[in-house]
Amino acid sequence: MKKRLIISSAICLAVLIVSLYFAQALLVPKYVSVSPEGALTAEYYAAADETSHDVLFIGDCEVYESFVPAVLWEKYGISSYVRGSAQQLVWHSYYLLEDALRYETPKAVVFNVLALKYGQPQSEAYNRMTIDGMEWSQSKVDAIIASKTEDESFLSYVFPLLRFHSRWDELTGEDLEYMLDRPEVSDSGYLIQTDVRAAEPDDLAIEGSPLADYTLPKESMAYLDKIKKLCDDNGIELILIKAPTNSWRYWWYDEWDAQIVDYAGKNGLAYYNFIDEVEDIGIDWSQDTYDGGVHLNVYGAMKLTEYFGKTLRDAHGIPDRHEDTNMSAVWSGRVESFYSKLTDNIRED
Amino acid sequence: MSYTTWSFVALIFAAVLLYYLLPKRIRWTVLLCASVIFYAAGGGWYLPFIAATVITTHIAARAISKMASRAEEYISLHREDMSKEERKAYKAKEKGRRCAVLVAVLVLNFGILAVMKYTGFTLNAVNGLLSAFGRGVTVPVPDLLLPLGISFYTFRATGYIIDVYRGKTEAEKNIFRYALFVSFFPLVLQGPISRHSKLAPQLFEGNSLRRENITAGIFRILWGYFKKVAIADTALVGVRAVISGEGFTGMYALYLIIMYSVVIYGDFTGGIDITMGVARLFGIRLEENFKRPFSSRSTQEYWNRWHITMGSWFTDYLFYPMSVSKPMGRLTKRCRTRLGKGIGMRLPVYLATLITWYLTGLWHGAGWNFIVWGLINGVIILVSRELEPLYAKFHKKFPSLDTQKGAYGVFCAVRTFLLMGSVRILDCYGDVPRTFASFGSIFYRFDTWKDLFNGSIITNLGVGVWQYVFLAAATLVVFFVTRRERDELACDKLSRKPVLWAVACTALIFVIVIFGSYGIGFDSNQFIYNQF
Repeated sequence: MKKRLIISSAICLAVLIVSLYFAQALLVPKYVSVSPEGALTAEYYAAADETSHDVLFIGDCEVYESFVPAVLWEKYGISSYVRGSAQQLVWHSYYLLEDALRYETPKAVVFNVLALKYGQPQSEAYNRMTIDGMEWSQSKVDAIIASKTEDESFLSYVFPLLRFHSRWDELTGEDLEYMLDRPEVSDSGYLIQTDVRAAEPDDLAIEGSPLADYTLPKESMAYLDKIKKLCDDNGIELILIKAPTNSWRYWWYDEWDAQIVDYAGKNGLAYYNFIDEVEDIGIDWSQDTYDGGVHLNVYGAMKLTEYFGKTLRDAHGIPDRHEDTNMSAVWSGRVESFYSKLTDNIRED
Repeated sequence: MSYTTWSFVALIFAAVLLYYLLPKRIRWTVLLCASVIFYAAGGGWYLPFIAATVITTHIAARAISKMASRAEEYISLHREDMSKEERKAYKAKEKGRRCAVLVAVLVLNFGILAVMKYTGFTLNAVNGLLSAFGRGVTVPVPDLLLPLGISFYTFRATGYIIDVYRGKTEAEKNIFRYALFVSFFPLVLQGPISRHSKLAPQLFEGNSLRRENITAGIFRILWGYFKKVAIADTALVGVRAVISGEGFTGMYALYLIIMYSVVIYGDFTGGIDITMGVARLFGIRLEENFKRPFSSRSTQEYWNRWHITMGSWFTDYLFYPMSVSKPMGRLTKRCRTRLGKGIGMRLPVYLATLITWYLTGLWHGAGWNFIVWGLINGVIILVSRELEPLYAKFHKKFPSLDTQKGAYGVFCAVRTFLLMGSVRILDCYGDVPRTFASFGSIFYRFDTWKDLFNGSIITNLGVGVWQYVFLAAATLVVFFVTRRERDELACDKLSRKPVLWAVACTALIFVIVIFGSYGIGFDSNQFIYNQF
């Protein structure tokens, strides 16, 4: 009796573990045709295995919609990657950078400052999209602890099935198709958007509503300090940027900007606010945005990338790696993939 | 600490491990420590309340016990010196003294319960009256938090002291052992309301590790989680939508009657299964609180099968003592003289029944809805009794109609289910006029039935087609399993069949993990009966 109990329990336990493994693979969101930004974090590791990157962009949607690594390579021979995800908060960026440094040490880290306005965890959904894709390391553990909202549990990050189990009644063919293997949705972390939705004149006329206090939260500024220290400790140049937007919905206040200018000045960092350089870049808000001026589309992103690439090369000495045959081989594939996806997207539109 | 938290699972695991590792004579201390941790985790400020109940009832029980022994000793010593009348008078005097101690400690403990549970309700009622009479004053209503499980542990403790007073159980000498009886952690949140004579010996025995206790306990815990997290909490989504939505009457009220029955059954019996399973892991068998209540053919039968320990508490400690009390005896006599033998005999019993049901309603919660719920249950039982001669005539005329078998049996069960479900929705709305309006709409808002057939019910209530399919399948599983539990519980049967046990546990874990309503977007922490 005892022997039968032990054997049957062991067999059933094994069956249970395997069943739960496949159930998890089936039930977690695939982030392919819906919310592809949720797949960005995980795609980095394969790219880091392929080749090293001299520039890492970190930040929220304003980086993965504004900088096209394929264009940077094509025009300047700069090997770069975008480690951005939707509403990626400063501590997410810090831990993603710490995570990336386990694989490579770039020459420059470009950090988009918009997320500095958030001092507290914001949304469970965005936490999941940023953190779930991270490979397990101390950085992921710390990222979960720093990011989780009141309702979230650490255990649900260890076993995502505990979070996504209720998707069983909303499964689609995509869940089955990409259960064990998912296609790459980004191009070196850049997410192609080919739609054009011009900023409405009314939208452009509205300014951000006044705030009671313009001081950037001390929590987010503390993480900016940590990013800077991490860069200093690894001999990496930290460059601050603010991507161009033209919408009150993501208003960047002058008072915030002044604090960044001050911070950059005190810490000897370069800071580029591209909102002020829209004309020089050549951005046309009737053509270069897919959502009325909140984010750039691929046409705007290519212009901005070309513009900023010159700065990276001339002002920050990021080398041209076209001569590196191994790297060139990798990048020619990535450039080809980017243009192929671009063509496909345009055709679908 | 709720049953649906990982900390509860960790507590059980640690407690079971320690329990069987320690020597038998001190195993009960593990249960006491676990109970204190469980209770303190719910909020440290609760501890003084349960400690007050433990201390006062322990002291009083010891005093009553000592007084009784002293009285017996005195009589046996002075048997020769005292006449029969003197002995009778002495006994009566001593009983009166013991009764005074009993009454004092009951008043104190029910007083604590009343103040903590009913102050807000009473003062709101007073304010309502003041406002109705146009007085411009309102009494401030304090916001008192109800100590965890106060209704359950107060009943357990007061039941114990009444038993000590009646000489049915021995007074516990060790206050810590007694504290374990009152606070035994699986019973804190929703009972059952166990009796000292049945529970205490098992608590202090230092039970041996037996495979069948562990396997039966594990299965019963999983079965409880299945009913609570997978069935009750899934059905709760639709129930909440009907209650909080506007205009969900007619067919939706009928939906509420059925679905809330599923919710309360899964929630309460699931919680009790977890309680029983946890206790079983320590080798403790608690009294069953449910015996297939939804197969009851009458209201009376239903209340003998649903929340059995609460019903027997009210019967043993309230209904019977009240029925045989001197005032009730005088009332019976007076009614018999003035109204004749038939009605004169029944009226006091009916009064005791209504008082008992009024207090049963009040025990469930401080609100008019609970009071009305209790009184309606009482009235239904009394009407059923009054109609018994009619039923008898009916069955004499149609002897083939058996309430326990066939289509008529099913009809009786469905009728009782719907009747009890209709009364139960007072608990859902928490508002008496709204409940009656909603119930009444079943009989004239026939236009709402179109939502059942055009799919609007799915979008309106947020429960998808597949969730209904799952609910139906899961409910059927529960139905068939409980049907086979007439002679022996499923957990006991399975503990003798290791392969089937392992398969059943595996299937339950899988179903709970995938189909359970837990995590972000769900609120499965709260058991409905915790609030009582």
